[in-house]
Amino acid sequence: MAGEPAIAVHELTKVFARGRVRALDGLSFEAQQGTVLGVLGPNGAGKTTAVRILSTVLRPDGGRASILGLDVVARAAQVRRSIGLAGQYAAVDENLSGRQNLVMIGRLSHLSRRAARRRADELLEQFDLTAAAGRSLKTYSGGMRRRLDLAAALVAEPPVLFFDEPTTGLDPKTRQDMWAWTERLVAGGTTVLLTTQYLEEADRLADTVVVVDHGRVIAQGTPASLKADIGTTVLLVTLANADDAARAAAVVAPLGTHPPTVQGERVEMNVADGARAGSQAMRALDAAGLLVTGLVLREPSLDDVFLQLTGHRAETGPEPLDRPLHPVPPPEPQGVLGR
Amino acid sequence: MTAGTLPGVHEERRASSLRWLVDDSLTIAWRWLVAMVRLPESVVFSAIQPLMLVLLFRYVFGGAISGVRGSYVDYLMPGIFVQTVTFGSVISAVGMAEDLQKGIIERFRALPMARAAVVTGRTLSDLTRNLGSVLLMTGLGFAVGFRIHTTGLAFVAGLAILLLFSWAISWGFALIGLAVRSPETAQLATFPVLLPFTFASSAFVPVDRMPGWLQAFATNQPVSRVVDGCRALMSGGPTVRPVLGALAWSVGLLVVLVPLAVRRYVRTD
Ligand SMILES: Nc1ncnc2c1ncn2[C@@H]1O[C@H](COP(=O)(O)OP(=O)(O)OP(=O)(O)O)[C@@H](O)[C@H]1O
Ligand SMILES: [Mg+2]
Repeated sequence: MAGEPAIAVHELTKVFARGRVRALDGLSFEAQQGTVLGVLGPNGAGKTTAVRILSTVLRPDGGRASILGLDVVARAAQVRRSIGLAGQYAAVDENLSGRQNLVMIGRLSHLSRRAARRRADELLEQFDLTAAAGRSLKTYSGGMRRRLDLAAALVAEPPVLFFDEPTTGLDPKTRQDMWAWTERLVAGGTTVLLTTQYLEEADRLADTVVVVDHGRVIAQGTPASLKADIGTTVLLVTLANADDAARAAAVVAPLGTHPPTVQGERVEMNVADGARAGSQAMRALDAAGLLVTGLVLREPSLDDVFLQLTGHRAETGPEPLDRPLHPVPPPEPQGVLGR
Repeated sequence: MTAGTLPGVHEERRASSLRWLVDDSLTIAWRWLVAMVRLPESVVFSAIQPLMLVLLFRYVFGGAISGVRGSYVDYLMPGIFVQTVTFGSVISAVGMAEDLQKGIIERFRALPMARAAVVTGRTLSDLTRNLGSVLLMTGLGFAVGFRIHTTGLAFVAGLAILLLFSWAISWGFALIGLAVRSPETAQLATFPVLLPFTFASSAFVPVDRMPGWLQAFATNQPVSRVVDGCRALMSGGPTVRPVLGALAWSVGLLVVLVPLAVRRYVRTD
């Protein structure tokens, strides 16, 4: 049924704790079949609540949501046959082995005994858990547990998958693997809803991104269009002398997409093209005779997105991804010692 | 929309919902039994408790209590059976509360499994465990002087009544576990039910030795009725009325507790 959205959410509301917490407040979005929808938002935005409602675990207080045209409340039983869930916290049985966990999920998804075993072995292989397959989960590391949890979501090969912060707590290599697995699934036609706090992850995987705050969508679009809105990179200059900061801000200002901000000896500004702006800023500052102790370019964090979208920092936002992309190396002592 | 248009949908087995309830419950029961077997210590300790009860009651109280028909060992064994399976069912409360605290229930709720299977499977695994305890106790009972005064078939029928009752209270305890949601509290919450029903009963002493105000309760409450039914089938005496009394309580409890526990599970989030 082409054209029907895989996931459709309309004006969803959910109120917790006897009306005190409005977790979802008119949330609406859609995801087309065979695409990845990235749901971005700070802690408490309502991401997990939305995923729990979409996966029929929780009932909404208002609004509608459907999976492949099936209402998540009225046709919950049918919806469950089309979805796979990897929640924010690993939902696996500590007392069983990895393989036993997957076989159990297969049986509960109504695969035959043989099919459940075969599928378990396939997934263990794919997620690099074959060596640990027979071991109790108590001996698994956090990352292994997370991988098993993702595998459990895939047991019945559902056409719609929910991954709630799937890469939180994974090492960089496993995170890369996870991205590759997701891409392969989507290439096969699966629809994935993925919540994340990392813009980088949404950028890499998502066809569409919705930014959620206080239970409603505050921005949506392709990663490219969202990033174009906020400037792609943050340029951070640290000066040897705080008195120079204002002058340095004036010097780099023409390179930015937004006016720079000054804080002590630090000047911060969004720029469109990180690599070029970095070297241009360095040259311009040098020409102006300003002594710079650090020049860092970093990807915009979710915090930056929020700053741009809402004018306020996310209240309990995540750590910014402080990864220097092009750190300026100190001047190399070239051939001084030898001669 | 046909499954064929969707990517990678497994050919799902077609079956009636009753078939799924049975299958899924057995899978959940398997889950708990595997977990138990993977922890050999827990198997050993669950076996020790019933065996110790048999020995303690046989030798500590065995000589002190008189006024029962026949040998006290024969009087006592059905009581110990019932008491042990009742205590053994407490684990249903702890297990359900533990499940609620962990994420796995979240996954179960998103699976196309029968909703009632999570609790049914749990109670079935406890039924299996109780069967093991009863067989062990029977073996040790014979070794310390317990004898059947009826037929082998009647004895087996007695065990069946006993296990049916244990299954019924497993549902009740599962309900307690679902309601209190913490394993520690669940265990504590079962005692106010457990202690009066097992001790103010005909399990260890004849009810007619109790003060008058207690007798009415002690005679008619479910544990006494089940003990009396088992005793009749194992040691002889009038059979029909006690057996019917035991069955009535067990079936009645199941009829009330099963829907309550399932509803509680479905409504909890
Ligand atoms: N079961 C619950 N009872 C009461 N309040 C809840 C419950 N679940 C969530 N909330 C509240 O609802 C709001 C949204 O929570 P939710 O878990 O959906 O956020 P989130 O976007 O997933 O956050 P995070 O990034 O921290 O996982 C929060 O204020 C949270 O405290
Ligand atoms: Mg969350």
